[in-house]
Amino acid sequence: MVPHYPTKRSALVPTLLYAQDEVGYLSDEVIAELASRLDLTELEVRNVISYYSMLTTKPRGKFNVQVCTNISCMVRGGEEILHHCATKLGVGHKQTTADGMFTLEEVECIGACSWAPAAQVNYDFHENLTAEKMDRILDDYKKKATQ
Amino acid sequence: MASLVSHPDEVKVVSKRFGQGATDIDRYLELDGYKAVQKALAMEPDAIINEVKNSGLRGRGGAGFSTGMKWSFVPKQSAKPKYVLCNGDESEPGTCKDRLIFEHDPHAVIEGVMIGALAVGAKSGYIYIRGEYRYLSIIMQKAIRDAYAKGFVGKNIFGSGRDLDIYWHGGAGAYEVGEESALMESLEGKRGIPRIRPPFPAVVGLWGGPTVINNAETLANVPHIILGGSDWFAKLGTPKNGGTRLFCLSGNIAKPGVYELPMGYNLKKMIYEVGGGIPHGRKLKAVVPGGSSCPCLTADEIDVAMDFDSVAKAGSMLGSGGVVIVDDQQCIVKFALRTMKFYKHESCGWCIPCREGTDWLEKTLTRFHRGGGMKKDIDNMQYLSENMLGRTFCPLGDAAAMPTIAFVKKFRKEFEDHLDGKACPYEKAGAMELVHA
Ligand SMILES: Cc1cc2nc3c(=O)[nH]c(=O)nc-3n(C[C@H](O)[C@H](O)[C@H](O)COP(=O)(O)O)c2cc1C
Ligand code: SF4
Ligand code: FES
Repeated sequence: MVPHYPTKRSALVPTLLYAQDEVGYLSDEVIAELASRLDLTELEVRNVISYYSMLTTKPRGKFNVQVCTNISCMVRGGEEILHHCATKLGVGHKQTTADGMFTLEEVECIGACSWAPAAQVNYDFHENLTAEKMDRILDDYKKKATQ
Repeated sequence: MASLVSHPDEVKVVSKRFGQGATDIDRYLELDGYKAVQKALAMEPDAIINEVKNSGLRGRGGAGFSTGMKWSFVPKQSAKPKYVLCNGDESEPGTCKDRLIFEHDPHAVIEGVMIGALAVGAKSGYIYIRGEYRYLSIIMQKAIRDAYAKGFVGKNIFGSGRDLDIYWHGGAGAYEVGEESALMESLEGKRGIPRIRPPFPAVVGLWGGPTVINNAETLANVPHIILGGSDWFAKLGTPKNGGTRLFCLSGNIAKPGVYELPMGYNLKKMIYEVGGGIPHGRKLKAVVPGGSSCPCLTADEIDVAMDFDSVAKAGSMLGSGGVVIVDDQQCIVKFALRTMKFYKHESCGWCIPCREGTDWLEKTLTRFHRGGGMKKDIDNMQYLSENMLGRTFCPLGDAAAMPTIAFVKKFRKEFEDHLDGKACPYEKAGAMELVHA
């Protein structure tokens, strides 16, 4: 990635995301490693991490369930979907289920407004949601993980 | 994958290749791909800029500034390298159109960036895509690789003796990063906080070099202008508003979706004919015409032509093309609250009026919506929003204030209905309280 840019630092954000996808979260080791590779201090790296909502220094569940409740989704039942997930999974905002399978998060607009209500699980979009459809989606992920 | 819709009134320019397999470079070539950039290579840079100017193309990212004009601000001579930066951050609530372009016609964006680079004398272009759009980044990265493999980008493009590199860059989630100077900071590997202007990006931009920043839809229009001619493009729209627009219809509408309609298409017709009207026998209450930052229009204000000037005249903005429809079962106070919750969450915190203002408004709206409002809150909310306007480093402060002012002014009665300790009288039975993001 680095040769794409006149400064090494520019590769930081995409590299952090890739590292997070590999490890699951941005651990102290990952931060130290990236800082040294890109000639930055760890503080500089942490400073960037804390700004972006997709980057996290805390472990999350295998599947990160992000439900949009912004305006287009809200008027089509986005909050009900979030509430449904919270009840079904037994967790609240940014909490992880005891089996480490799911983390639930309320998120801002994910660019699926015309297909609202919408949610994103890791990088997969799920659109035109209903409570029943959401149930099926969560069950499918669970099955996938235990297969 | 986002599903496609269609309506007979659509005029397909940017969406012409949607659903036609144009992500494949050979298919894209069959569909007139990479012809425009070859034509542009034979043109003088000034001629390209003039063509884009005359087409009446205005920025599709929000402000609607003339694209040709923006390109003409880049200095001809520069000691530092120049850049073209495609803004694919797409984070304005209600907006989901760039997504379809990346999904169905990624090469059109590459071609647009290339033509922009030829016009301003840049040797490299960056395509920045929001981190949530991972599957689109994969499509774009493949498109770029294919274009390199064919020798369309890289060294000596089309045997012209010119070198032109195109790169992809991914974000990691932050609305503020869509703001042009914050976008550059983000691409440089920093927190996405805006820069003080002047100097403007056209003079001092990415890594200090002159930089043109355009929205993905804006750039995807450029190859069509070069091939079809500025007269043809200008005539598609209204005076000073060339071309078509991808309108994202969402909210309480029967047929939501992204439709490509001529600039100046009537909003009422868009809602009732293209979008199929308001479902479940309900009535229209309000429309946010161009993404969450635009002041809402009430049901009797929708006889308006959807171009930048007409919507501005009607007291709102065409913005990013996100048309959010709100029916009579929705509570405007809650809608305003959800809007403000977003801006509070996304404020970068640099300026006090934005950081504190959005926080204060969100808190007040929350208390108000739950039935703890005081009469003076209504005027206070309006006063505070009006005092945020124009007092911040970047337009996010305005983006938070403008819709609030309109909600309070146009739906004062709904605010008053929440008074006297009454919690929301509009809330659907069983609907939950907002959880905090
Ligand atoms: C807070 C904020 C967020 C923005 N988000 C976006 C965005 O997601 N995409 C975009 O193209 N423009 C966005 N803009 C507008 C850009 O600053 C810039 O004007 C635009 O990319 C210029 O391209 P255009 O001339 O083609 O419209 C945003 C502006 C602000 C103030
Ligand atoms: S207006 Fe808000 S987002 Fe923009 S610079 Fe100020 S604090 Fe940051
Ligand atoms: S408002 Fe939910 S995806 Fe845009």
